Amino acid sequence: MRTGHLVAKDICWRPAKNQPFLLHPVSFEVYPGRVLGVVGPNGAGKSTLLRMIYHYQKPTTGQIMVDGQDLWGMSAKAAACKVAAVLQEQPGAFGLTVRDIVALGRTPHRSALSSSGAHDAEIVTQAIARMQLEHLSTRNFDTLSGGERQRVMVARALAQQPQVLVMDEPTNHLDIRHQLEILSLIRSLGLTIVVSLHDLNMASDVCDAILLLKDGHCHGFGSADEVLSEKLVSDTFLVTAQRQKLSVSQNQHLTFHLPT
Amino acid sequence: MSERAAGQPKSRFPYVIGAGGLLLLFSISVAISVGAVSVPLHTVWSILINQVAPGTMEQDWSKGREAIVWDIRFPRALLACLVGAGLAVVGGSLQAVTRNPLADPHLLGISSGAAFGAILALMHTGMFLGLITVPLFAFGGALAATLLVLAVSQFASATSADRLILAGVAVSFIVMSLANVLIFLGDPRATHTVVFWMLGGLGLAQWCHLAFPFAVLVLCGAYIWANAGKLNAMTVGDETAATLGIPVARFRLIIFVVGALVTGVMVAFSGMIGFVGLMVPHIVRLLVGGDYCRVIPASALFGAIYLLWSDIFARTIMAPEDMPIGIVTGLIGGMFFVWLLRRRAR
Repeated sequence: MRTGHLVAKDICWRPAKNQPFLLHPVSFEVYPGRVLGVVGPNGAGKSTLLRMIYHYQKPTTGQIMVDGQDLWGMSAKAAACKVAAVLQEQPGAFGLTVRDIVALGRTPHRSALSSSGAHDAEIVTQAIARMQLEHLSTRNFDTLSGGERQRVMVARALAQQPQVLVMDEPTNHLDIRHQLEILSLIRSLGLTIVVSLHDLNMASDVCDAILLLKDGHCHGFGSADEVLSEKLVSDTFLVTAQRQKLSVSQNQHLTFHLPT
Repeated sequence: MSERAAGQPKSRFPYVIGAGGLLLLFSISVAISVGAVSVPLHTVWSILINQVAPGTMEQDWSKGREAIVWDIRFPRALLACLVGAGLAVVGGSLQAVTRNPLADPHLLGISSGAAFGAILALMHTGMFLGLITVPLFAFGGALAATLLVLAVSQFASATSADRLILAGVAVSFIVMSLANVLIFLGDPRATHTVVFWMLGGLGLAQWCHLAFPFAVLVLCGAYIWANAGKLNAMTVGDETAATLGIPVARFRLIIFVVGALVTGVMVAFSGMIGFVGLMVPHIVRLLVGGDYCRVIPASALFGAIYLLWSDIFARTIMAPEDMPIGIVTGLIGGMFFVWLLRRRAR
């Protein structure tokens, strides 16, 4: 699968002309196959930023380029062939099977009236196999556990064959085992990924670069070691953050306390 | 649903459609056969075949029977099929774009709007555009009610599934009140007819009227079926559907307008027949699974069968009186609604 080069130039967003910006101009770049983590307190503008990348909210000004092409200069369908998203929305109880859901990923690749061909079916089968969902493929989506549902939604995004994958809080509401599975999945996909995460330690484990947002402003962009420093994290989240070395694994780990 | 049962719907689809087709033919035959004057099934078929290919059957029936079969009961049966199919397809597609398993043209107030428009034409404006006046006004009313429901749900920030239905019920009450004002202000001699028409009935079916519902069903049904993939995507969520390249707001509006068109025309010819759009798609999903490529055609088929049998029941339970069919579908649909609520609560 071809993976894309994502560049955002001074993108910002506000709901309407006379309203304040929810996201002030921010620029960043994600190289092919790399993972960018977007972190920040609630209301920092993470969702707004992601929405502009997955072609849901058009940037008020600024440009998003995928492999040198302007994402907002192309049709919604063409953009959908470049960027896929795994969001927190859950399908309603409409009796769709796992395979039905994964097959939705082929929607932007089909012309208006053609039904899905053998080529599409093959891609869907591969996406299901890659997420190890074969044994569930005929199951009703409503009957799956949270972790299984998340894997189905990732398989759906893979069937879309995107160059960039956006994930919004993929570990939310999952137990620890499934959180770790999703994180290792992010590492193994080999796609250009933009992911928003709440857990800073997970973010520093899994991401090649971190974008730190607060109140719609960028407070840092760079490697996890630079951006998730004690000072920057303490200032952004209004806590006392300490970077400690775990004695057994020798890994860096952030701990947090309320400031006294 | 158990894993075994869920694994079969796709491969079961041709059999379900085949069996449904046979059941439809049988249901039409029965619908023509029973009534105040009972006509044996073989006579029904002989008359029908003789009408299509004159002279092929030896004529052993009276002129009166031929008139009952060909001029009264056959168009009535076909109208039942068209209305049932149309309402079921509209219900199924509205459920997807509102992501609400309780969506139904009746519950969302679209039928009330159509009734309002039809009453306006029947009692006040007169048929100044000919035969098409009532369906056209019904469509206008349905469309206005639809937009009103959307506006109310925006205004009340009622974006969640259950609250959209509440918005629909509220609009339905308001529009019904206005429709009743129209009846109250109208010619008292026409009141009885209009009130009976509103309760739902297929008794006014005539050959020359069938072209409108037929054309609308074929065109709108084909459009909805061609967009089955988008309907599937809409059940996941607005943002996810948008990331699949679907212009979500525009598509939802189109489905609402198409739904208003079908509902308006069906109401114009048959009055208010509720809950068909709610019930049939749910039952169909149990048979063929949730993929709208299969749900839409199967809903059309079983909607037709359901309304045929509702009409047979309504005509025979108090024979020779015709009970309004809306009473039958309301009774069955209301109980189904309660069952659906209970199932969703668990």
